[in-house]
Amino acid sequence: MQLPILESINLMAVLPVLIIAGWACVLLVFDLLIPRSRKHWTAWLALVGLLGAAVALFFQIGHFARLGSEAAFDGMVTVDGFSIFLQVVFVLTAIVGVLLALDYLPRHGIERGEYYVLLLFTTIGMMIMSMAADLIVVFVALELLSIPLYILSGFAGMRETSEEAALKYFLLGAFASSFLVYGIALTYGGTGTTRLTGIAQAVTSDALNLPLTTVGMGLLLVGLGFKVAAVPFHMWTPDVYQGAPTPVTAFMSVGAKAGGFAALIRVLVTAFPAIASEWGTLIAVIAGLTMLLGNIVAISQSNIKRMLAYSSIAHAGYILLAVAAAQRSENASFAIGAVVFYLLAYALTNLGAFTVAIAVERDDGTGTEIDDFAGLGKTRPWMALAMALFMLSLTGMPISGGLVGKVFVFQAALQAVPGDPLLLAVVIIGVLTSVVSAFYYLKVIMVMYMREGEGKAVLPLALKTVLAATAFGTLVLGIIPGPVFQMAQRAMLK
Amino acid sequence: MNSLFSLIPLVVFFPLLGMLINIFFGRMLMADENSKAPGVIASLMAGLSFVIAVLMFVALLGEPEGVEVPFMTWFSISAGSRTLSIPWTFKVDTLSSVMMLVVTGVGTLIHIYAIGYMHGDIDEQASKRGLSSDEAFDLKRRRFPRFFAYFNLFLASMLILVTGSNYLVMFVGWELVGLCSYLLIGFWFDDPIVGIYNSMAGRKAFVVNRIGDFGMVMALMLIFWTFGTLQFDDVFARAECMRTASQFECLAVDAAQMVETSPNFSLMFGFGLLQPISFGAITLSFQTVMIAITLLLLLGATGKSAQIPLFVWLPDAMAGPMPVSALIHAATMVTAGIYMITRSNVLYAMAPFSADTVAIIGAATALVAATIAVAQFDIKRVLAYSTISQLGFMIAAVGLGGYVAGIFHLATHAFFKALLFLSAGSVIHGIEHGHHATAHKGHGDHAFDPQDMRNMGGLRKHMPTTIVVYIVGALALAGIPPLAGFWSKDEILLDASKHDPLIYILLTIAAFFTAFYMGRQVWMVFFGQPRTEAAAHAHESPPVMTTPLIILAVLASIGGLMNLPFGRLHFLAEWLRESVAYAHVPAAGEGFSITVAVISTVLALAAIALSYIIYGTKPLQEGQADPLRVAGPLFTFLNRKWYWDEAYEAVFIRPFKCLANWLAFTIDWRFWHDFVHDSVIIQFFDGWAAILSRPVDMGIVDGAVNGIGRLVAGASSRLRRTQTGYVRNYALAVALGVVAIVAYLLIRFFAN
Amino acid sequence: MGEWTFIALLFIISLILPAVPIIAGRLLGPRKPNPLKNSTYECGVETVGDTWVQFKVQYYIFALVFLIFDIEVVFLYPWAVAYHQLPLFGVVAGIVFIVTLAEALIYAWRKGALEWV
Repeated sequence: MQLPILESINLMAVLPVLIIAGWACVLLVFDLLIPRSRKHWTAWLALVGLLGAAVALFFQIGHFARLGSEAAFDGMVTVDGFSIFLQVVFVLTAIVGVLLALDYLPRHGIERGEYYVLLLFTTIGMMIMSMAADLIVVFVALELLSIPLYILSGFAGMRETSEEAALKYFLLGAFASSFLVYGIALTYGGTGTTRLTGIAQAVTSDALNLPLTTVGMGLLLVGLGFKVAAVPFHMWTPDVYQGAPTPVTAFMSVGAKAGGFAALIRVLVTAFPAIASEWGTLIAVIAGLTMLLGNIVAISQSNIKRMLAYSSIAHAGYILLAVAAAQRSENASFAIGAVVFYLLAYALTNLGAFTVAIAVERDDGTGTEIDDFAGLGKTRPWMALAMALFMLSLTGMPISGGLVGKVFVFQAALQAVPGDPLLLAVVIIGVLTSVVSAFYYLKVIMVMYMREGEGKAVLPLALKTVLAATAFGTLVLGIIPGPVFQMAQRAMLK
Repeated sequence: MNSLFSLIPLVVFFPLLGMLINIFFGRMLMADENSKAPGVIASLMAGLSFVIAVLMFVALLGEPEGVEVPFMTWFSISAGSRTLSIPWTFKVDTLSSVMMLVVTGVGTLIHIYAIGYMHGDIDEQASKRGLSSDEAFDLKRRRFPRFFAYFNLFLASMLILVTGSNYLVMFVGWELVGLCSYLLIGFWFDDPIVGIYNSMAGRKAFVVNRIGDFGMVMALMLIFWTFGTLQFDDVFARAECMRTASQFECLAVDAAQMVETSPNFSLMFGFGLLQPISFGAITLSFQTVMIAITLLLLLGATGKSAQIPLFVWLPDAMAGPMPVSALIHAATMVTAGIYMITRSNVLYAMAPFSADTVAIIGAATALVAATIAVAQFDIKRVLAYSTISQLGFMIAAVGLGGYVAGIFHLATHAFFKALLFLSAGSVIHGIEHGHHATAHKGHGDHAFDPQDMRNMGGLRKHMPTTIVVYIVGALALAGIPPLAGFWSKDEILLDASKHDPLIYILLTIAAFFTAFYMGRQVWMVFFGQPRTEAAAHAHESPPVMTTPLIILAVLASIGGLMNLPFGRLHFLAEWLRESVAYAHVPAAGEGFSITVAVISTVLALAAIALSYIIYGTKPLQEGQADPLRVAGPLFTFLNRKWYWDEAYEAVFIRPFKCLANWLAFTIDWRFWHDFVHDSVIIQFFDGWAAILSRPVDMGIVDGAVNGIGRLVAGASSRLRRTQTGYVRNYALAVALGVVAIVAYLLIRFFAN
Repeated sequence: MGEWTFIALLFIISLILPAVPIIAGRLLGPRKPNPLKNSTYECGVETVGDTWVQFKVQYYIFALVFLIFDIEVVFLYPWAVAYHQLPLFGVVAGIVFIVTLAEALIYAWRKGALEWV
């Protein structure tokens, strides 16, 4: 007798994940053989694995552009354009994460091979998150994503802030995870399945268990809202972003957020289209609150990492706005395209901004105040120019990916207004808070160019590469967004 | 589709790659003083591009109807169901293939030539500035790669122009070549003596071209408004349809097909196509709109192809280094206008009035520029005016509908004019060397102009290769059979004689002058005795410069083979028929007229003979005035270029400056500043301020303003205070959020 | 009712079973306390000092490493039971699982987690 569960494994569909997973396991042991003074070998090896996955992804792009989606592991995961697009983002982010750490870790005396291995593991979590087609997989992926990040946040163990960040992140993360699990349990109780498509069918066919399912959906929202740092589940963000080593912060602010959004979209759009107006309103309100709080509190920050943390909260709000717009099935594809595009634009811009922050940070962990940027316009004109570009992109000024992303998000939301008038109010909040955000983003530019200062920065080749690549990407997304947006729209899950 | 076609993007990307390499690694590549690496890489990229062009040609032999190779969507704007999308598609057809071959082929040769020339040019600059050897090396390290980066960028831009499948992509190329032209004209903007003139020349080229671009942009908008698309094929198909059938019918027949091919249909449905074309407040007939479009396109062409009235920038553009003049301002960029009109032949066929205007402008330019060339002394200026004149020939040809003749002349002209410019460069290079040799002995002076033909003479002994190729080029230009120029010019004249006697006469006279000024130049430069020390010490250029010259000379000799007007030898005509709908290919026996050929040949020989009598029998002596000075005021008139620049100065620039001055001083300063601002407003304000300042003094206004600021800041810091740092508080926030969400969902659920 | 009754019964029985000996011991046993009897029993070693002390971190690490085997057994048991019916992939999956755990053990070992400092 053959066991039925083993019939449709389809390993090829998850090849990039397998490559990284296998490589991470090998690297973990291999790292034991690498002498302490040569830990950068581990970094390069990790890069090799990531590049391998990138190559696999590259081949999958064409494949899935033709075929649409493919299920694997008996329908537990779905690989489609959406997940491929996001996996590209994750792998790129991980590559940047490695490059950023190359000089940072030894400079701060915290170089250990585990950094790179953990980075690979959390990347796997994100990638699985983007292809999860079952609530159980969502949970497993979420934990796989989170646990390495808890450790990475505390990677600079001798610094108290780092330790504090790790503990806070862990405690609150576990707290939020518990809600997620509870949500899964309630949903299962209400529908009798954890498969997303199965839930969608059950919700439409069986009205009896709807309250249970609806509350379950609400709790799922909490668990994922925590990951994307939406108000009121955002409180951990500033403390953790500030305390964690900066490369980890950079990686986390982009990867974990994108992972959260990937799961959020998949769960809401695939499993709960029948109660779209419920979650639509809820998310619209959360989006409005998030934009307001993130942008307003960011004004009074003097620490660049903390400022970027609040900025990251604010941007989660903008993306949530597009998620809320996906409630109308007619423009779901546009809205999802907008989310994915925004995530890419935000990833490039934010990684770039953190790169500059890393370059300015001093060996003892100080140098993260915005005032430390003074004088950079003179001493490091190119870097300052790139930073100015990133700040403009985050504000949403022209010729940057940030502007295009915002335009798409607002357009998506406006298209959905007929279904949910509340969205109009949230769009207005979004536009107004974008204006407010100019205040603290432009402050960085002003400090760099107008204020006299030492303008000290260490910019090794790896950081230069990242900086050039992210700045280039930001510009490209700003100037010719067409092809990427088309890809993003085609990435829509079916 | 032949899979070779999919290589076409490379034709643009090889030069782009070359540019990037030279930008980022150029300094590194310049290992030492004599390093040629940047130039070699640039030439290699140009050569690879040429290979791609040849492959396209081969592929087209099998599929002469041509293809469009999609590359990417440049932008796509969708609003609801309407979409405007501009794809960047490569159009490979027989017309663009001819352009590609000319651009990359001649381009490659000039790239190779430039390796030698620019080394010499930069050395010359360094000595002009009196730089030490280290500084000179530094200058070379910066400028040599920069030149080739610009050059490769130009090549890429020109190829974008000719391969674009819609007007907008073509316009992008159009602007990019303009940019390269600007950058390269002012390449020596920091020359200690003439730098300011170089940059002024660049600026002039740029500004004059903007006038032409105004026409282009307006034409593009009109085309989009009228046809709802910018794709060449769609525009022509729709134009064709709107001409032959009634508009209503056309719509019905075309509708299904259009919906399939273009999403713009719904957009058009609102305001195009139907009956007369409506522009909101006014409505014009289709005919009028077509005339407007084609005339505006013509304005663009007169800018880029240096025709009356916008030709004034091209002579000044000779301030750029010689390879620039040869490649951009003779062989390729300036022919963009001819290419554009040929590409739009369908539109011109519908607007006979515009086509006639094109022909008249071309013929007039040909004649005017040829007469000016007769009275110039600068070797490059003669060639510049000659270029304008020859472009006039081509424009006249396409205006008459002789698209084959126009493109044929474009190709042969690219060969022999590039040849002439490069040989002139070789001459100047030689003279400069000669000048150096003497300057070291204390003879030279800085006012010495190595381009003035009066400073030359007797160079045939020192430059044996250059004189041969120069004479080949000159004879080709003069139209002496069997060189390339004869065949192409003859075809234009034949077309003109059939369609419009006036144009034929103008062009024939222009051809006479052409032969004359070329004869004058050859006698003045190469024969007689050296008129300066520099000329006496000139020497031949290195092989890296002369080899391309020899290749070009061969091409200029046998280029006519591509389109002999005899029966099946009429290759180019057959070739272009595939892509130029209105290319009238003459039937057998009509392609050649012995009368026209004899007349033009005899006139050319006569002109050369005349120049021999005037300049050849009694060579110019040192300090002697030009024999043509006997014509007195007429000669001055020609020498001053018909006072064209002065006329512009008087008619446009001075009134404009007067207006600007008046606005600045009288209106802005005296009226606004002195009167309105200083008197009226300030007194008004002073008065009111006295009244208003009372509450300000009392702190009311300050209070209000600061209050708002404090409100935002207060909100910010108060909200920040929620960030207590205690995990328990954070967890409480999460829990409260959960309660709120669950409560909302349950209330909402049970409320329903 | 139905099968839920048995679950309820099971629940009650599972409460009663441990409760009975505890209560019986309390009821039946004689009670003669002395200091020695009241002292904390720790593996036969006499305890010294306060019980509210910091444990050596090695205890936790050992416990964690032990979990590797613990979980391995839990998962391998059903695997072993169904072994005959598994296709090749099932066997490979089991091996991958064992190898992964072994790797974790090697890592912990090399990092010195098994050394008592």
